[in-house]
Amino acid sequence: MSTSHTLPSPPAQPARNAAATAPVHLREATTEAPWVRRTLIGLALGFMTLFLFVPLGTVFFEAFKKGWDVYVAALVDPDALSAIKLTLLAAAISVPLNLVFGIAAAWSIAKFEFRGKNILLTLIDLPFSVSPVIAGLIYVLVFGLQGWFGGWLRDHDLKIIFALPGIVLATVFVTFPFVARELIPLMQAQGIEQEEAARVLGASGWQIFRRVTLPNVKWALLYGVILCNARAMGEFGAVSVVSGHIRGQTNTMPLHIEIVYNEYQFAAAFAVASLLAALALVTLVLKYLVEQRVKKELRSVHEH
Amino acid sequence: MLLSRTLLKRHTVLPGFDLALGLSILYLSLIVLVPLSAAFLKTFTLTWPQFVEAVSTPRVLASYRLTFGASFLAALLNVVFGLIVAWVLVRYRFPGKRLVDALVDLPFALPTAVAGIALTAIWAQNGSLGQYLPFKVSYTPLGVWVALVFIGLPFVVRTVQPVLEDLSRELEEAAATLGASRWQTVRLVVLPILMPALLTGFALAFARALGEYGSVIFIAGNMPMISEITPLLIITKLEQYDYAGATAIAVVMLVASFAMLLTINLLQAWARRRQGGVA
Repeated sequence: MSTSHTLPSPPAQPARNAAATAPVHLREATTEAPWVRRTLIGLALGFMTLFLFVPLGTVFFEAFKKGWDVYVAALVDPDALSAIKLTLLAAAISVPLNLVFGIAAAWSIAKFEFRGKNILLTLIDLPFSVSPVIAGLIYVLVFGLQGWFGGWLRDHDLKIIFALPGIVLATVFVTFPFVARELIPLMQAQGIEQEEAARVLGASGWQIFRRVTLPNVKWALLYGVILCNARAMGEFGAVSVVSGHIRGQTNTMPLHIEIVYNEYQFAAAFAVASLLAALALVTLVLKYLVEQRVKKELRSVHEH
Repeated sequence: MLLSRTLLKRHTVLPGFDLALGLSILYLSLIVLVPLSAAFLKTFTLTWPQFVEAVSTPRVLASYRLTFGASFLAALLNVVFGLIVAWVLVRYRFPGKRLVDALVDLPFALPTAVAGIALTAIWAQNGSLGQYLPFKVSYTPLGVWVALVFIGLPFVVRTVQPVLEDLSRELEEAAATLGASRWQTVRLVVLPILMPALLTGFALAFARALGEYGSVIFIAGNMPMISEITPLLIITKLEQYDYAGATAIAVVMLVASFAMLLTINLLQAWARRRQGGVA
């Protein structure tokens, strides 16, 4: 109801008055009264502050509360260092695996019409709807001592659960869809004409991919890898189930945070947490930059 | 060759179909499908009455109530504020807008354990905000809800935002010219168009919250019957070497997740149809 009061009835009148009296604020029919706008902006910022900015600020505040020396000491602690190394190693193995899969899946889904494509698309998204805890559990059921291959693995002195391979598997599972999901919509939008032209001109499959497809999708690819990496380094639930929490051996950074936190060494826990929070912020900045690029590329696709 | 001959719908000059699809299916099977089937096969070691008993003890039932209830209420709050945030980001200009827009995705990027300890530090009784409250947040079901609001925050914003950006202003102009007040236009023209996106965002946030573990366990206090979520119960059973019991509960959660996945797919298909009709 409030709008009808403020709508100017004859459009010419306010313009004439404007010169003589105070300027009359015209409002378009498709926006809200200033007080509504201010209230909505206030509500949105209040909500974001309470649930996002305060938690983010808290991580850094708590990390540095006891001073720089405590902060550094928490990071150069041998257990913390080994956790950092393990996290980097697990991500360095999982991300490339999902990258290769993402490219293969996107190539088949975006460039070809085949039966069962929608089923494949749904199955690729499946890991996102599975609880991380269950992601860990299923690998315990397959490779754990009581699991399908438990006896065989023990006989051959191989360890997957409570060791690096298990951590990598759990990480691969939870980060499985990231690269594929970024590539598929873009590659579908781009169509296949350029690739077909290259093929007709005699390019091999590898040449087509490297010279035609890859330059077209490189930003989306980078974006997918960034997201995949952030999640791989931060995964907690799935890795927690398969790692066994052996200090200095199978603890990743998030698990190290949990252990140190439960020992009431809050400053140390937040110090390691601040590294992961910084990684999250870098991820968001890169995501923002890459998103601008992808948007531009998608626009140029639609224009042609 | 086999894949392309049986599955391809039309001839193509592009190479690499067999290799790419073969690799995808192999990898998908090894990483996702075979291990997931292990969960279902493991429950077959239980008889039906054993299964029912494992998934319906009072402690397990209490954890379902908490997990589903808190997830539902968290997703509900996110629908309301997610819509407001998306609206403000698309329609208005204010200082720091780009920063706010970029930070909406923080819960996707911030590791859950980091979020968990930060939220606990804020809402604990001696925490930066918790000390001003007359009631407890950390170590109660309310704490679980706070953590689930945090991790579900981006979903509604990110599903509503693109629809709102594509929404043509002409519809609203037409409504205004026909004499609708602004509130009528928003309620009767804009909201119905946003409805599929809102429901999708709700379903995504709800589905994510159901399985959430890392951000919740620090703030929940994890008291059996009161503030113990189902994923934690699975881990507890696992630590007691009750593999069959843990798996039985996991299967219940998996079925719930798959139902949510199906719902989300249907909602998105509906949203695409609606979008197509509007544009």
